[in-house]
Amino acid sequence: MAAPIALHLEFGGGAELLFGGVKDHQVTLPSQSQPWDMKRLLVWIRANMLKERPELFVQGHTVRPGILVLINDADWELMGELTYELQDQDNVVFISTLHGG
Amino acid sequence: MCQVDEEYNDQLEKRTVPTVSQRCVKCKEGIAVLIIRAGDAFCRGCFKEYFVHKFRAMLGKNRVIFPGEKVLLAMSGGAASSSMMSQVQEGLSRDAPKKLRFIPGIIYIDEGGACGQSLEERERVIAQLEPIFRATGYPFHIVHLEQIFDLPSSVLEAVSSAPERPEGSYKAAVDQFLHNSKVKNSCLPREGNQGPTVCDAQVQISCLAIKDTPNGTPALVVRHGQDLERLFASVNTLTAKEDMLQTLRQHLIVHTARTKGYSKVMMGDSCSRLAVKLLSNISLGRGASLATDTGFSDPRYGDVVILRPMRDYSSKEIAFYNKMFRVSSVFIPGLDTKALDKASIQLLTESFVTKLQADFPSTVSTIYRTSEKLHTACPAHDSDSEPTAKCLLCVCALDTKVEEASAFHATLVSEKLSQKRVPESPLVWSAVTADVTGQCCSSGGEREGGCGTGGGGCCTSSTTPVTPDMKSLLCYSCRLTIKDMTAVDSLPRYIVSEAERRKRRYQMKQEISEFLLDEEEDEEETS
Ligand SMILES: [Zn+2]
Ligand SMILES: [Zn+2]
Repeated sequence: MAAPIALHLEFGGGAELLFGGVKDHQVTLPSQSQPWDMKRLLVWIRANMLKERPELFVQGHTVRPGILVLINDADWELMGELTYELQDQDNVVFISTLHGG
Repeated sequence: MCQVDEEYNDQLEKRTVPTVSQRCVKCKEGIAVLIIRAGDAFCRGCFKEYFVHKFRAMLGKNRVIFPGEKVLLAMSGGAASSSMMSQVQEGLSRDAPKKLRFIPGIIYIDEGGACGQSLEERERVIAQLEPIFRATGYPFHIVHLEQIFDLPSSVLEAVSSAPERPEGSYKAAVDQFLHNSKVKNSCLPREGNQGPTVCDAQVQISCLAIKDTPNGTPALVVRHGQDLERLFASVNTLTAKEDMLQTLRQHLIVHTARTKGYSKVMMGDSCSRLAVKLLSNISLGRGASLATDTGFSDPRYGDVVILRPMRDYSSKEIAFYNKMFRVSSVFIPGLDTKALDKASIQLLTESFVTKLQADFPSTVSTIYRTSEKLHTACPAHDSDSEPTAKCLLCVCALDTKVEEASAFHATLVSEKLSQKRVPESPLVWSAVTADVTGQCCSSGGEREGGCGTGGGGCCTSSTTPVTPDMKSLLCYSCRLTIKDMTAVDSLPRYIVSEAERRKRRYQMKQEISEFLLDEEEDEEETS
């Protein structure tokens, strides 16, 4: 069993509009049998945080194309993207680069 | 096979932290923090250097901004233009000889009125932007889109620019500038050291529209709010709305630049943005203007040149730079916010390009490089002939004076053939104006009956005196946008009156043409 982990999530570039207009979120992921990776985080965000129009944030198993992801201030492309295993106190940022946010 | 796969997966699962952190491709030492272009990993330091250098290189390569020239930064509040502003600040604060030497100002167009935002929302946005602008120390202008209803029709004239400065004069101008600044260094505005009088005056101008709120009522007071609402309500599709907004915004920016003495305007279009613009403009029928619409330097207005210094940056680079180096930007919802992918041609193109880019990282750069190769085919310019006709709205060269064999003529012919003949208009049946009188009928081919006989609803709009005249003054793409409007008379006055003026001039010229001597004959006589 993986222990619950606390994360700081941040949404920007208009992505925050899908989360009630709030940019910064302090969340705690519950304890579960498998470790928390980015793929599971996205499922959790979709189920617990998205206020509207989930397809504007998640498409398929990953984020919508045009939304950038930073894990602890680094490009998630360098961290294994969906397979990155989240640690307690990690900082995850989602920035939309799409024109309408 | 299966076993191998499992083992591989196990390895991945166990790897909690990336064991070997990737190194930077440039310095080979720093730990990479982002991947740009097609797979190059950069460390923080090298990325900053690369980003800052690119801006200066873009301006240096093109050499269009002369020392001491006033340059207006068009700010949308978004990531790209905010990043552009930070690069200007960076460039102006540098030590000679790498210092940028122009005088910047800022313009923000508040288009909330066209996007259905409440006055309170717009006020909140402006309250967020103002401190950011003020912190730069540059003069700034906050202009509401409603002000298009107060524009003079001279905005639509392309003022011929000063004669091309000869090669080598750039260097001379820089030297002259350096010399002058040594002599009277104190008079020149320096970064963060702007004369307080200039700065205060500008702030006051921007505050005129915003009054104090003693009793909690909306403080923002804008005239023509309803006119703007009516204008955008009369445009049917989001595609045409976006195009119209873009055109009107441009007019306001150019007008402000002219009245405040700026000779250059910098727009923050990134290469990701321009790749989308390039493809969507082709779909919108703006193929003939691609070079001016997406190039670094856009001379269509003549005396005010539009520059796109961010066109070498991808939106990813910009977003990362802003995040890492704390460039603040404000997200302002626009017409396309939360809209479906298929809501407009522009959105659909954006979604197409971004999805392709996710799988093929060189998509944007490939499209972008194509745009670099585009040039406007200038008709041989001889000083005798009058300046080429420009589109009333987008001020690009008219693409409608083409040979009979073009696709454009084919479109006109088929439009004409599929139309019901309107008996009272045989006199205006010229190729160009043919489709105008029955405009609404052509769009609803099968339902001609109701349209023609009733004379109600849709046909009333085409009886507006302006409509038939307008079309011949527009480029192919702007015709499509205007065609999408239900009430052309909701257009701002400056457009309508300029259309009337051009039409009158054209008629007058027709009337007197037979009394004029041919230019050739004229020359023979004088020589
Ligand atoms: Zn490096
Ligand atoms: Zn046009």
